[in-house]
Amino acid sequence: MKVLELNNVSVRYKVGDLKDIGFKEMILKKLKGQYKIKEFWADRHITFSLYKGDMLGIIGTNGSGKSTLLKVISKVMVPTEGTIKQSGNLAALLELSSGFDGDLSVKENTFLRGAILGYSKKFLEERYEDIINYAELKEFEETPFRQLSSGMKSRLGFAIISLIQPEILILDEVLSVGDGAFRKKSEQKMREIIDSGSATILVSHSLEQIRNMCNKILWIHKGIQIEFGDDVKAICDKYQQFLNKGI
Amino acid sequence: MKHSFLFTQLVRRDFSKKYKGTILGMIWSLLSPLLLLLIMRIVFTNFFGRGIPHYTTFLFCGNLFFSFFTEATNAGMVSLRNNAPIFTNISIPKHLFVVASNVQSLINFSLTLIVFFFFCFLDGIKFTQKFLLLIYPVLTMVCLTIGIGLILSVLYVYFRDVIYLWDVFLRLLSYISAIFYSIDNYSERTQLLFHFNPVFLHINYFRKIVIDSIIPGIIYQGFLGLYSLLFLGVGILIYNFNKNKLIYHL
Repeated sequence: MKVLELNNVSVRYKVGDLKDIGFKEMILKKLKGQYKIKEFWADRHITFSLYKGDMLGIIGTNGSGKSTLLKVISKVMVPTEGTIKQSGNLAALLELSSGFDGDLSVKENTFLRGAILGYSKKFLEERYEDIINYAELKEFEETPFRQLSSGMKSRLGFAIISLIQPEILILDEVLSVGDGAFRKKSEQKMREIIDSGSATILVSHSLEQIRNMCNKILWIHKGIQIEFGDDVKAICDKYQQFLNKGI
Repeated sequence: MKHSFLFTQLVRRDFSKKYKGTILGMIWSLLSPLLLLLIMRIVFTNFFGRGIPHYTTFLFCGNLFFSFFTEATNAGMVSLRNNAPIFTNISIPKHLFVVASNVQSLINFSLTLIVFFFFCFLDGIKFTQKFLLLIYPVLTMVCLTIGIGLILSVLYVYFRDVIYLWDVFLRLLSYISAIFYSIDNYSERTQLLFHFNPVFLHINYFRKIVIDSIIPGIIYQGFLGLYSLLFLGVGILIYNFNKNKLIYHL
């Protein structure tokens, strides 16, 4: 059964004097002829399909368009051309903490972040104790979030996100957080989520990990789809050769 | 509504950030409009207050709506940029942030409204059935501020200095909205000009009902609705046209 289909997906990306600019700066720069916006194709003609049980690894050097592709699949961005079809719900675990607010308590933040991830009120109320216990933050429920150590913050982030049960899971590196014991616990949990879903997309810089975990592979370079297929070993070897030659 | 739980969580977040989750925090935020009222009452009574009956209530009507307008548009303006870390990572309809920020201002407005009615009582205002009509300008004000909030929030993502320009504009608006003076002394033509200002229309609506006990005419009512829907419509258009482009600017 097909769960995800990308057909000829292209994304036109803009960079330049777009961020943190004011009217005054823009007008001055335009007058001086220094106002620059560069447009380029971050992804061009990406086409692939995933079936139930697939695990896709995406490889490519920095700036090859991997992150943009993930943002398009997770619907944070809209593709300039092409279509994406999916069946079943989709969750992107790209980061652990957006939405947390330093002024609010751990408890308030748990509900806020849960709501952002799309959990229902009932689900969160039922699982709240589990989350707090899993994150080992029982005594800190009413503590303002900003007073937590960074380890505690990422533990809470992981505890909340690990309840997600998507059919299509998108991962930017396999998330595992914390120190020693918690790292092991979170890695195991991550495997469980991957196993319970029907398809996973993994971006990783570790070829070793991709070789071990994935049955399909997509290689993009400067936005262009170089290879897509299920011969993971051959494509990884080719990519390794390409990397060695480049360096 | 699919996102109702997220929406209530966002409103709750803004609420506890503003009041720090305490009753004292709520009282504190009521104190500032009251202090402003007190100062204006002392300073302006002798200059503008002569010949205006119930001048305290008159001033309060002006402050009530102008504060709501200021607060709601300012909160709406920053709502997209401030929540950018959320919607640049997770797919969420972004307009939720703009509307949630408006609800927060509406809560503050409602609290002030209770104090307003208490002051009306002290000022010897007679409460009539006509007061029920006051819900109408509140609704149109919400539409108006959501519309302007949508426009400003998009602009503020594109241009950082919008926040300063809007501040200057609000100051200008405070002078031309007849908050502390009556427009009766102006020529008929000038009086007509005041009616192009939707904020003045709202303030005046309250004054007509609360102080003069007059129900505004059908044309006046129509204009109130028309302005709000116009701004709301333009806001939705601008937002929809730009919502997918914002990510390049954040």
